[in-house]
Amino acid sequence: MKLPARFRPVLFIVLLLVGWQVAIDRHPGQILPGPIAVAGGIVDLLRHGILFKYIVASLFRVTWGFSLAALLAIPLGLMLGWFQRGEMAFYPLIQIFRPISPLAWIPIAILWFGVGDSAAIFLIFVGCFFPMLLIAMSAVRNIPSIYINAGRNFGLSSSEFVTRVLYPAVIPQLLVGLRITLGIAWLVVVAAEMISVNSGLGFLIVDARNAGNRYDLVVAGMVIIGVIGLLLDLAMRSLENVKSFHWSSSEE
Amino acid sequence: MSLAEVITKSSGDGQKLKLEHLHMVYGQGAESVPVLEDVNLEVSDGEFVCIVGPSGCGKSTLLNVMAGFLPATGGTVTIDGEVVSGPDSRRILVFQERGVFPWLTVEGNIGFGLAKLSREERRQRIAHYVQAVRLQGFEHAYPSDLSGGMKQRLQVARALAVNPDILYLDEPFGALDFVTRVIMRGELHRIWQTERRTILFVTHDIDEAVQLADRVVVLSSRPARIQDILTIDIHHPRNISSPRYLELRDELLKQIGLAYEI
Amino acid sequence: MNSLAKPRMWERFFWPVFAAAALLALWHYSVRWTGTKVFPSPLSVEKGIVQLFHKHLLWADIGDSLRRVALGFGAAVIVAVPLGLFLGWSPTTNQVVNPVLQILRPISPIAWIPVAIIFFGVGDHPAIFLVFLASFFPIVVACVSGVSSVPPNLRSAGRNFGLSAPRLLMRVIFPAALPQILVGLRIALGIAWLVVVAAEMIAVDSGLGYLVIDSRNSGKRYDLVVAAMLMIGIIGLALDISIRSIERFKSVRWGFRNAS
Repeated sequence: MKLPARFRPVLFIVLLLVGWQVAIDRHPGQILPGPIAVAGGIVDLLRHGILFKYIVASLFRVTWGFSLAALLAIPLGLMLGWFQRGEMAFYPLIQIFRPISPLAWIPIAILWFGVGDSAAIFLIFVGCFFPMLLIAMSAVRNIPSIYINAGRNFGLSSSEFVTRVLYPAVIPQLLVGLRITLGIAWLVVVAAEMISVNSGLGFLIVDARNAGNRYDLVVAGMVIIGVIGLLLDLAMRSLENVKSFHWSSSEE
Repeated sequence: MSLAEVITKSSGDGQKLKLEHLHMVYGQGAESVPVLEDVNLEVSDGEFVCIVGPSGCGKSTLLNVMAGFLPATGGTVTIDGEVVSGPDSRRILVFQERGVFPWLTVEGNIGFGLAKLSREERRQRIAHYVQAVRLQGFEHAYPSDLSGGMKQRLQVARALAVNPDILYLDEPFGALDFVTRVIMRGELHRIWQTERRTILFVTHDIDEAVQLADRVVVLSSRPARIQDILTIDIHHPRNISSPRYLELRDELLKQIGLAYEI
Repeated sequence: MNSLAKPRMWERFFWPVFAAAALLALWHYSVRWTGTKVFPSPLSVEKGIVQLFHKHLLWADIGDSLRRVALGFGAAVIVAVPLGLFLGWSPTTNQVVNPVLQILRPISPIAWIPVAIIFFGVGDHPAIFLVFLASFFPIVVACVSGVSSVPPNLRSAGRNFGLSAPRLLMRVIFPAALPQILVGLRIALGIAWLVVVAAEMIAVDSGLGYLVIDSRNSGKRYDLVVAAMLMIGIIGLALDISIRSIERFKSVRWGFRNAS
């Protein structure tokens, strides 16, 4: 087909949606909604003003949890990565904590923070903290020793060294790490909201089902979650491109 | 074919490779870039031909077209009377780097094209070519354990093992240090003396061309045409300080437009 | 790389043990000083673990969680690897399909639970489906990336030796991409383990995730909660170590030469 390349994925998506709708129509009495019903659900949410409220609530929690994790994990990780003994000491511990799903922290979160926003933010924090820590540690470890020797060669003081060699050298990797962790945060917030709060996109999914089997809203919520997650990812990528322009072009 | 027949295959008679009015253009319409223009060449069986030219003139493109990896925009490449229309194991290309398969051992690499042979024949062939490129003792080593020069030797062994008619080498020693390069030239020459194949060797190193080739094809800068063909009429072993050698070398340098006084 | 002298061999064991001991001490004394009645001390957690093992609860739950991971992850490998290889092989197809994947990927597997229940009912099956879903995307991404980063010379060499397209895929592209595929598998397994625990907290009533939630709900047994969390961490780590050991095989080790 002589369709311009840019439109081909759109056509593909349209085909999938059509296929979905046809499959639904073939099975009347099916609980799962078709794309038309889902679109109707989205309009519904917009009309009741819920959509934006819930999106903002989810983003609010993500921002808090993610930022707190970054503020703590990055400096800590940079330090641990720099001092070999620090890394040796904490690496095994981190490796044990990391595979524990943030959701498994729910009982403790509720114990410490009660049910509500703080607990959800704590879960996001936990979900982001360990991956960020590891990425920061790895970023420092991967600084080519050439840079470090050059810094020493030019007689930089410690603070100058940090700002003029360390920080620029780790930024590209940290940005990639932040993007990945933001994706994790978005996954966790939805899961956390399905359990412990009463607003947000995750809550929407649980609530829509519980209060009347509104599966059109359930799937509408899923679609919106997907789209916003993708937008967050694209936003972070454009940030990467702005900054890393200076650095990655010097490599190879 | 027995091993003996394989090794002494070339009888040095007649034309092996023929390029007729070869044109190569990249891109289309307004953005088209002509790379090769009306290239004509005939290479005899068992000949060692070097192709030199300024950087970016299209030497590698020419080689890729001859090997069948790129379709020419115009003209033909004929080998033994047959038109070249795609890659074929009768004409193997040796790359400058990243050509060996890193997940296979030395034996595995050399045996890569030998799937159709019987087990015993395969074993024999591999053993022969391990010897030929002097990699004995490294049969079970992986490319990550080998030096740059050894990896190139491995590529040559792998190429020869399938008994090709023609060997194309694309700046095979370009990624190696000077000393290794000199040693490798000797190795290649030694192998060529034993396993006579037609060789087309692209290089940017003039000395290399004069040291190895029967004939040297000089390409002009882009769009490349054959500017000149020099016959190196010195017997092997070639003394790199002999007057004739220096004469030929200077002639080539002049052809490329390089000053030879610094 | 740091300002202090090179650490000795014994320090490799000393420091982690020291850090762990310090953490345990900190934990123990915080529990004492805050006088909390609910949050467990290290000792009570240890007792809890022993209790769970004796009651054979822990084995059954561990088995359930691992089984779900095995099935979901296994299914994901079987579907995602060929798909990923194909998408990597054909950039035009990838360009068409990729946007769909990019929209589906950020949807937390947990958000799929209601839909999963519609299709699979309750119990094991939705959990396995969620694990499948979560493992699927990282594997596809890794396969596409692995295929597209195969050096062109290797492809050309394969064609040069007369390999047809399927043979080329099998004998050149796949082995060349394998290290990256393995990295994707390792990441996917880590995610699978996270997701199975989460799924068990919501939609199933067995497994380690369920144990965490249940211990709290039926009697506020926080010692068992923390015990279960530790088991989750340790088993997750064990899974990661086992899949990493595949990276040491000779035919893929070349791709990990610089891995730490």
